[in-house]
Amino acid sequence: MTEPSKVLATFTVNGEPHEVAFPPHKTLLEVLREEMGLTGTKHGCELGECGACTVQVDGTPILSCLMLAIDAVGRQVRTVEGLADKAELSLLQHAFADLGAAQCGYCTPGILMTADALLRANQDPTREEIKQCLAGNLCRCTGYLKIFEAVELAAARGRGEQREPSKESIYGS
Amino acid sequence: MVLDDPVKREAPVSRTETPWHHDVKKDDLRVIGKPIRKVDARSKVSGLTRFADDLSLPRMLHMKLLRSTMAHAEIVHIDTKKARALPGVKGILTGKDLPIPFGILPVSQDEHALCPDRVRFVGDPVVAIAATEEEIAWDACRLVEVEYRELRTIGGIHEAAANDEPRLHDYGVRGNIHRLENLEFGDLDDGFQRAARVREDTFFFEGNTHMPMEQHATLAHFDKDGKLTVWSSTQTPHYLHKALARTLHPLPAHHIRVIACPNGGGFGGKSDPFNHEIAAAKMAMLTGRPVKIALTREEVFWCHRGRHPVLMRSRIGVSKTGRITALDFESYLDGGAYGSYGTASTFYTGALQTVTYAVENYHFRGVRFFTNKAPCGPKRGHGTPQPRFALEVQLDKVACDLGLDPAQVRLDNLTPRDSLTANFLRIGSMGLGACIEKVTAGSGWKQRRGKLGRQPNGRYRGLGLACSSYLSGAGLPIYWNGMPHSGVQLKLDRSGLVTAFCGSTDIGQGSDSVLGWIIGEVLGIDPLGIKVVTSDTDLTPVDLGSYSSRVTVMTGNAAMQAAERAREIVAKGASEKLGVPAGRLVFADARVFDAEEPGKGMTFQEAVCAAEARFGTIGTVGSYTPPQAAAKFRGGGVGPSPSYSYSAAVVEVEVDAETGIYTVPKVWIAHDIGRALNAAVAMGQIEGSVYMGLGEAMMEEMAYRDRSHKGHRIFVHKIPSLLEYKSPTSLEMPEIVTYVVEDPDRNGPFGAKEVGQGPLLPMMPAVANAVFDAVGVRVDEIPVSFEKVFAALQSKKEGKDARFGPALDASGVPVVDFGESLKIRTPWQGGDGTAWNEPKRDKKAAR
Amino acid sequence: MLRLPTFTYHRPKTAADAVRIASEHGKDAMYVAGGTDLYPNMKRRHQTPAHVISLAAVPGLNTVEVQKDGRTSIGAMVRLATLEHHAHLLEHHPAFAHAVREISTPLLRNMGTIGGNLLLDTRCTYYDQSHEWRESIDFCMKKDGAICWVAPGSPRCWAVQSSDTVPVACAMEAEVELVGVEGARRLQCSALYRDDGIQYLTKKPEELLTRLVLPAPGNWKASYLKLRRRDTFDFPILGVGVCLWFERGVVVKANVRLGGAGSHAIPAVETEKLLLGQELTDEVIAAAGTAAMKPARTMDNTDQDVYWRRKVAPVFVARALAACR
Repeated sequence: MTEPSKVLATFTVNGEPHEVAFPPHKTLLEVLREEMGLTGTKHGCELGECGACTVQVDGTPILSCLMLAIDAVGRQVRTVEGLADKAELSLLQHAFADLGAAQCGYCTPGILMTADALLRANQDPTREEIKQCLAGNLCRCTGYLKIFEAVELAAARGRGEQREPSKESIYGS
Repeated sequence: MVLDDPVKREAPVSRTETPWHHDVKKDDLRVIGKPIRKVDARSKVSGLTRFADDLSLPRMLHMKLLRSTMAHAEIVHIDTKKARALPGVKGILTGKDLPIPFGILPVSQDEHALCPDRVRFVGDPVVAIAATEEEIAWDACRLVEVEYRELRTIGGIHEAAANDEPRLHDYGVRGNIHRLENLEFGDLDDGFQRAARVREDTFFFEGNTHMPMEQHATLAHFDKDGKLTVWSSTQTPHYLHKALARTLHPLPAHHIRVIACPNGGGFGGKSDPFNHEIAAAKMAMLTGRPVKIALTREEVFWCHRGRHPVLMRSRIGVSKTGRITALDFESYLDGGAYGSYGTASTFYTGALQTVTYAVENYHFRGVRFFTNKAPCGPKRGHGTPQPRFALEVQLDKVACDLGLDPAQVRLDNLTPRDSLTANFLRIGSMGLGACIEKVTAGSGWKQRRGKLGRQPNGRYRGLGLACSSYLSGAGLPIYWNGMPHSGVQLKLDRSGLVTAFCGSTDIGQGSDSVLGWIIGEVLGIDPLGIKVVTSDTDLTPVDLGSYSSRVTVMTGNAAMQAAERAREIVAKGASEKLGVPAGRLVFADARVFDAEEPGKGMTFQEAVCAAEARFGTIGTVGSYTPPQAAAKFRGGGVGPSPSYSYSAAVVEVEVDAETGIYTVPKVWIAHDIGRALNAAVAMGQIEGSVYMGLGEAMMEEMAYRDRSHKGHRIFVHKIPSLLEYKSPTSLEMPEIVTYVVEDPDRNGPFGAKEVGQGPLLPMMPAVANAVFDAVGVRVDEIPVSFEKVFAALQSKKEGKDARFGPALDASGVPVVDFGESLKIRTPWQGGDGTAWNEPKRDKKAAR
Repeated sequence: MLRLPTFTYHRPKTAADAVRIASEHGKDAMYVAGGTDLYPNMKRRHQTPAHVISLAAVPGLNTVEVQKDGRTSIGAMVRLATLEHHAHLLEHHPAFAHAVREISTPLLRNMGTIGGNLLLDTRCTYYDQSHEWRESIDFCMKKDGAICWVAPGSPRCWAVQSSDTVPVACAMEAEVELVGVEGARRLQCSALYRDDGIQYLTKKPEELLTRLVLPAPGNWKASYLKLRRRDTFDFPILGVGVCLWFERGVVVKANVRLGGAGSHAIPAVETEKLLLGQELTDEVIAAAGTAAMKPARTMDNTDQDVYWRRKVAPVFVARALAACR
């Protein structure tokens, strides 16, 4: 087996340009994790069957395991590492932390990137819209409910509402 | 004669000492019970939590395993010449390099890191290859030639029961029987004679798997000082450490360091020591370079250790009011290719039936077979969901037979709190009654059950109820020893920092946070300010691992003890400084102050400094060992626990009677958690359990392809992928109404009991019972798939049995000679926990 | 981690260039649009093209155009997510938009294209497996092996047509545009497919699918109904595409196609016959549905039980017909 020749490309990841060399058959997932050390993006199947590797490309959530890195050149890539504003978590991240919407935390980066894109497009999504939006991200821990509630909480806070988690969602009925 | 009054079954229970904390009033707690963020919440939402595959080291090699393509075969020859010649290949291991067998239980050391002479399922590892790139290692595996001599495949329970040869293993009971248990408590004949109604049913629960989102990964590094470090996605670093010390002999145990990374989901699937962990360690020692292996999703299915497929026969006797007078329960487990936790799994299929309902006379027979499938083991609920399904559906049928309300039947049979069960399990707090009342009230059970019927959309709705119980940690460790099950060390620093060291492993359930909450409550400090160092065998005292729902109670109690000791030292230091008796000092809001004069006090940091000045460097330890079990018969070691949680669920289904397709629009679930250390996190465990239970109930199964071709039998997992192994998505999730029932238990820290596993258990039978309520057919198999509902509806339409499930005769459940039972007198018969017909034996062997 | 095999990546700037590169390399070349079908297959070594030709830079394939004659021409590279939200499609071709929305997951629809979905590889639970898994069954005739495990005596492959858009596009008598070495040609969508799990397309390998053209709205109504276990992720294990032409409430022409039930979108001929000249009464619908049981060639190579799939096919066909009322 001969080592395929690498291409040198410039990526914009989380707003910053990065020059990286990689062979053209490498997926965005591999390059983010293995060439750039951005291990926040996870993988659960590498076949597009779980959503763990979701990142945003030009604002659209996509499966980084099925996109060639070379196809992301010249585009804006955003990963979970780019969600917080400096040291301050995003509203969505805060809401996930408040509600325990991240249990093992493995699907969380992908879900955050999907939900973040939803909230950018829709400030007041219904529960059904949230469910539909997350229908490509598997989570095995939470049963999704805390995730739905966290997205709703973040949306409300994003609209400027002073919102805390409902009593039922943290103490039960 | 029918007796309605159960035999007096209250027996004296020797009480453990009552700690001060279980009956603390809720309002007096500042941390416990509050929805505080988990200590790792920020890193988890920031992508900063480092899972095993997120780690890499300079010069790291990538390892792949070549796995068996045969279900059952002898290895005749392995030729690795071509692979070795591939540029980039740095190391190759075969079975002869790792000759020492291992296994999680001392009684079943039947695995090898790489199969030396025989493969027992498609996926059994044969060769390990490390190379500079993962692709090269994969290519190299394709260049290895393995010559197999095929052996007859043992494809499941019936085949294993019928074929003693070839034996998969040369140990076990006989033939392909791994374990055989036969325990009889009380007088079954009498119990059945007194029954007004006896019914016998058969059930089947198909195997399913954990499917953690994170694929197992391991990084091993052997440094130049001869010390080995292994980072791994394991729930049980201590047991992995033991397995490494055993298989890498003569490497001394204290030269091995295991660091369990945060697990990206475990659910029991990362509780065994695995082939890839041992092979990676050996490969690192061989090559002198760090070695990483990250399993593919398919390989995660090969690791498995999930739910056993179990056939069950249950004969129950009840009085005319539905009181259980006798239960005769048989379980037949398909264990797969290796022992794993199977011995415990077998006992667990019989252990907890008595914990929810007071079974007066109880007979349990269980058998576990070896078959050529990926090995089964502990999945969330370990061995108890299958019999729970059977019992809860059977009770529903009993209620139906007698024209009684299934909820009332359960309420009338509740095991009393503070009692001993027929099989000598010691019950403490018991909130099942409250749970049933919550879910029946919430779901409108009395008004709506049996009356929902056809909806305007043409579908049929129904409600189903089921209950369950689970242990808060196994009473005995995996290997017999007299040491604590959990240890915690605290270091108090003059900066005011408290660092907690503990071997427990956070698998997403929040065990790191449990340490923080308990220590924070006792020392009156912010739990998020406590540094938690866990699951590193070099640094942290042993905790047995994140399995059997043991961490909150066991680690929690150890943390409590360490924190109380620290509090005592700090209080003494502060007491001298303040001139206030230590006993009057309050620890709260990061202050230490006089209860009678709250203004008189100092900061926690000042108090620590005072204590350090007075007593020197401050460090305390705490440890926990569960109470002695009451059971003394052989097999009595599986089932005892410091406390038992309880759950009840009502499920609403909507069935399309034309196709059998159904949905679950709503679930009401109540869980007796003793006390919620953190309500929000407990809610997450309950909702996650509902989700996973629904997956098992509706769709998840370890299906196998079984084909013959030119005299060769192909027997392989049908669907080892996230797409085709069906698990519920965001769209299948019902609305869930959750009730956190708190019935503090004296053995739990602040009264806490488990929550991670119990709430899964009622889901499967509740779904089956709800389908019956909706369309009047019984599906006595899990999963309750659309096809089975359809088949039962067809059968009903044709005037046949409105049921889908295993036959009552030998075609349904095989004939197995269980031999003579061990006979144990129940507590109400004056029994002392021993079997009166058991031969004298070594006390240690009893465990 | 599953990884792609190595290949040379081409990104031609015109369709003609793409076709030229493809014809140069013959079997060693494959086109890629969204990559959601090809890359998983490559990772499992179903396809290992030495040359991958991306269509991302080919101009003109990204548009949805409503033509003067009322037909809608959709470029092959238009993302599925674009189509499911497309106002014109939602209004005038709701069945088609619905079929698009039924494909896999939102994330995948953000990447996958209509061209890719129309050309989706046929699927089979003996085939859609890793190289290692397939090794354990000694492979199958679709890739690296000799027999079809679904029907070992059969000389052909029974892999299943699994696109959600194909049954409804065929039923609607949509057209596709192909560009080959000799230029562009148009053909009926249904003429693109063959009843074979391996050679499931009639087009030449180097021919590039450039557009899908949906018919103008008229006296017809279409529907698509999908059977699968979960409401997301899953491929159809039955996908009923229906298009009925009406005159004064009477069916004058009927196309009923069964996807997920064989290697192509099977015409339910008896069902179609029963509908002709009829009004869509409950009785007609029930009878027409029952007649669909026979052509559904369900095999044990998808999710769920093969007999059940066949038995519920009439119910789904009937419901899809009812949706055209």
